[in-house]
Amino acid sequence: MAEEKKGFSHDTIERNTLLLIVLILITVSIGGLVQIVPLFTIESTIEKVDGVRPYSPLELAGQNIYYREGCYNCHSQQIRPFRDEVERYGHYSLAAESMYDHPFQWGSKRTGPDLARVGGKYSNDWQVAHLADPRAVVPESIMPGYAWMKDRPLKYTDIQDHMKTLRIVGVPYTDEQIASAKADLEAQKNPDADTAGLMKRYPKAVVANFTGNKGVTEMDALVAYLQVLGTMVDFTKYQSPKQLQQ
Amino acid sequence: MTSATLTPGAALGSQRVSENVRYYEDAVRLFVIAAVFWGVVGFLAGVFIALQLAFPALNLGLEWTSFGRLRPVHTSAVIFAFGGNVLFATSLYSVQRTSRQFLFGGEGLAKFVFWNYNIFIVLAALSYVLGYTQGKEYAEPEWILDLYLTVIWVLYAIQFIGTVMTRKESHIYVANWFFMAFILTVAILHIGNNVNVPVSLTGMKSYPFVSGVQSAMVQWWYGHNAVGFFLTAGFLGIMYYFVPKRAERPVYSYRLSIVHFWTLIFLYIWAGPHHLHYTALPDWAQTLGMTFSVMLWMPSWGGMINGIMTLSGAWDKLRTDPVLRFLVTSVAFYGMSTFEGPLMSVKPVNALSHYTDWTIGHVHSGALGWVAFISFGAIYYLVPVLWKRSQLYSLRLVSYHFWTATIGIVLYITAMWVSGIMQGLMWRAYDNLGFLQYSFVETVAAMHPFYVIRALGGVLFLAGALIMVYNLWRTAKGDVRIEKPYASAPHKAAVGAA
Repeated sequence: MAEEKKGFSHDTIERNTLLLIVLILITVSIGGLVQIVPLFTIESTIEKVDGVRPYSPLELAGQNIYYREGCYNCHSQQIRPFRDEVERYGHYSLAAESMYDHPFQWGSKRTGPDLARVGGKYSNDWQVAHLADPRAVVPESIMPGYAWMKDRPLKYTDIQDHMKTLRIVGVPYTDEQIASAKADLEAQKNPDADTAGLMKRYPKAVVANFTGNKGVTEMDALVAYLQVLGTMVDFTKYQSPKQLQQ
Repeated sequence: MTSATLTPGAALGSQRVSENVRYYEDAVRLFVIAAVFWGVVGFLAGVFIALQLAFPALNLGLEWTSFGRLRPVHTSAVIFAFGGNVLFATSLYSVQRTSRQFLFGGEGLAKFVFWNYNIFIVLAALSYVLGYTQGKEYAEPEWILDLYLTVIWVLYAIQFIGTVMTRKESHIYVANWFFMAFILTVAILHIGNNVNVPVSLTGMKSYPFVSGVQSAMVQWWYGHNAVGFFLTAGFLGIMYYFVPKRAERPVYSYRLSIVHFWTLIFLYIWAGPHHLHYTALPDWAQTLGMTFSVMLWMPSWGGMINGIMTLSGAWDKLRTDPVLRFLVTSVAFYGMSTFEGPLMSVKPVNALSHYTDWTIGHVHSGALGWVAFISFGAIYYLVPVLWKRSQLYSLRLVSYHFWTATIGIVLYITAMWVSGIMQGLMWRAYDNLGFLQYSFVETVAAMHPFYVIRALGGVLFLAGALIMVYNLWRTAKGDVRIEKPYASAPHKAAVGAA
């Protein structure tokens, strides 16, 4: 290679540690810069769609349980634009639908099915029964059971701190949303509560006493999160029946 | 001219010059012990979670023992605990010899790095079990542990690069180029992927700055290059030192080393998006990822050729030296998985393979066949040297380890090929009436026999490692097993052939 040219020889690099370090740093930086920087600058990276909103406080608490239990190890949240996936799971995933996920939960393995649009597919009762004892509902399932989660009270005294932190990293929670966080969290679990404010702040949030327990449990939060997944965007607005046929 | 650095004469020469000098080896010994310990722990964790997939009752219904919490324990134990300690041991051992210099910062700094890195590992594993995670594969430790690791890594970088800078050899040996690329790039990746804001300074939870599609790209830029630089560049450093040393032959081609090094580190960084084919990541990024992944096949095989052909003139040692067999077979596995990788990065292939066990099989052909095998070879080389023994307790036991582990790998990867391709095909199968033929759970049920076979493969791999532990224990004690020797002792054969 270069060693036969008069001007430059690889020998120079092999004798100079600092030169080797600088050249390594340049060489390994190029690819990452080219692939990552434009994702922040090209506007079409995340298409503009109506409906995607930050998670309600209860859904956010549920998402944190989803992270904590490592659900991403076996479940993806990313539907690819293939006929079989769209038929099995629903419309393929849009970038906008995970824009408030810090971090993303697209996953890399489907030991279990994709969950990007699991919201509304099953009843609340099914979700609770399945999470508590998967094989009681689906005999062939190999999912771990989370019965202990049903009676575990949710810790949400710091829910406002979570929302404030998320605001720092770019989730547009309003002052009003943060101020009413605890009330909203409790209201989403109580069908008898006045939920007008909650539904205005978080359209399509599923309100229910998910577990039937008195206080808010971790299972309540997790099911509230699962039930909103993939339901925020109304796809009928973007595709006429004719387009869907094609 | 520069080839002088790559000839055995130079390497052996430096050994001879410093024959009476004692390099810093106490910390290296500790790293070797930790590597063996974590290897067994990591393989055991792998066997356990493999059995959980075959027999879900093993999740035990406890929050700390579910697959979701234990899988990061397995991946961190094998990659960062086993692989990391192997890399520390081998890099700090070889850099002294190839630089003819003591460790910069001395034995104290090396021991400091040792204890803190291993405390980090224990804390990380505990945190996963207790439910603290960032929710990103291979980057699970929360912000405070990330900061801790950053400090440890900087100290390690100072020690390694400082040793290279103060070297008494005129040239930097090729293994050290790879170790340096590994150390520098892993630092960039670790910091770049962990820019988080903690919810509270007294709590573990934090949120990363990036979200959604950008989060996906940054994570797989990190994730793929954790493979590329931690598990590849670092272990190629091991290859470039230990294969020539054990074979007592010079590196096959100096020019190939140069081409291998620069093209590998340039191309690898681009390959991350192949983990995100057909997702909401823009197409241009997916296409770049695929293109560079396919190109990556070339330097990978260049490196494989350079490693394997180093045996030119010493092929007979494969018969007589099971330690060299581990080293060379690892390079062959490296060639196999670096062919499979580009294949799987081609979008139509990925459409089938992604989200299935095929990916798991691919990872393990690299992790067990390449990373673990070259580690075993290096450890078998190092233990008699570090414990001042004339030879290993038993070469026959090394051979038993080799065959047990190899059969384990074959069971593992073939089971995953079959289950992965089968599952991918079942997901997309349609019946005559145009309906999806299988429900998802039918595909789960179909995996069961292969999950059992895979777990059996893991048990064999673990059993091989336990044979190694026994062999190394007896070696350290100074015992020599009475056994039938191989046809000719490796060292005598080398002299004869030369």
